[in-house]
Amino acid sequence: VTGSVAVALSELELDAMTELVNLGVSNAASSLRELVREEILLSVPKVVVVTRKEAIANLGERDSKPLVAVHQDFDGDLRGRALLIFPEAKSMELVRAIVGNDLSLEDIMELEQEALAETGNILLNACLATIANTLQRTLRISLPEVVHGLGTEFFDLTQSPNLGDSVIFIYINFSFRSRDVQGYIAMLLDLPSLAMLKSLLGALIERTQ
Amino acid sequence: VKCKVLIVDDSKLARMAVVKALNALHPDWPRLEAGNADEALEHINQELPDIVLLDFNMPGRDGLTFAAELRQRDPRIAVAVISANRQVEVIDRAQAAGAAFLAKPVTEQALGDFFENALKQRQGATS
Repeated sequence: VTGSVAVALSELELDAMTELVNLGVSNAASSLRELVREEILLSVPKVVVVTRKEAIANLGERDSKPLVAVHQDFDGDLRGRALLIFPEAKSMELVRAIVGNDLSLEDIMELEQEALAETGNILLNACLATIANTLQRTLRISLPEVVHGLGTEFFDLTQSPNLGDSVIFIYINFSFRSRDVQGYIAMLLDLPSLAMLKSLLGALIERTQ
Repeated sequence: VKCKVLIVDDSKLARMAVVKALNALHPDWPRLEAGNADEALEHINQELPDIVLLDFNMPGRDGLTFAAELRQRDPRIAVAVISANRQVEVIDRAQAAGAAFLAKPVTEQALGDFFENALKQRQGATS
C-alpha cells in the first residue's frame, strides 16, 4: 500500500475487499467449471493500492509474451475495468475446452473471438455481480471486448485525464486442472471510487458484526 | 452440550461472518480463530476442538488438504469446509476427506444443520 493515496483503506477494509474478490472469483470459477466440465484452480487473490504505472509494470513483468484479454468496464458507485488475461498461445486450448474437441481447427478459429468473449463474460460478470451484491450496490457492466497485445497496454486505455494516478489492483491466477490453460483475472478500480469503496466496505463490515 | 469451535480463515471479515452466525446459534460455545492452517495447529496442539470450520482458498495449506489432515489426526473432530467455490470437484474432495461442505457466505441455517449433525454423530459414537 503506497503512502501517496489520499483515502487509505484500513487493514480490515483491505481484508474485506480481498474476501469480496475471493467470493467473486470463486463464484466465477464455479460457473466456468460448468461450461468447460473441468476443475478450475484458483490462487489466493492479491489486492493492493498502487500507482497505475506500477500496476501496468506488474502486468508487463508477469508476461512479456503476446496476451489476449477479455475486458469489461464497469461504473456506478465504483468504476474500473475487469480483465481476464491469458497467453495468446493458450487461447486455442481455452476455446477447445469450451466448444469441445470434436471441431476442426478451422471451426475453432472461427469461434475463437466469440468463445473468448463468452468466457470473459461469464467469469467477469459472476465476479462483479458478487462484489456488487455483497456491497448492496448496482454496477453497470459493459459488453465484453477481446483485445490482443501486451500486458502493459491493457490498463492504459482509460480516456479520462482527470482519473487519479492511483488504482486498486486486484490479481488472481487461474488454471485448468488437466488442460494446459493458465491465465489470470485482474481488476483495476479507479481511485475516485476509493472514498465510495471505503464507505461501502465500512458498511459491509458493520453488517458482519 | 457445549462444543469448542475453531474457525480458520485468512480473512478476518469471513471469520467475523462465521462468528456472527455462531453467536446467533450458540452464543455460549467457546470459539477460537486462526488465520491459516499452521496457526490452527498451534491451537489444536494445546486443546482439541470439537468442531473446525475451514476456509478453502488460504495461503499455505488449503482448507481441503488441512481437512484431510485433521480427520486423520482425530476422526472425532467434525470438520466443515466453507467456500464460495462450489465446483463439484471441491465438494467431492471435502466429502472424501470426511468433511462437510458449506457454501460461503455461510447461513445460520446451514451452519445450524451442520452443528446438529456433528452433535448427533458424536452422541452416536459415545453411546
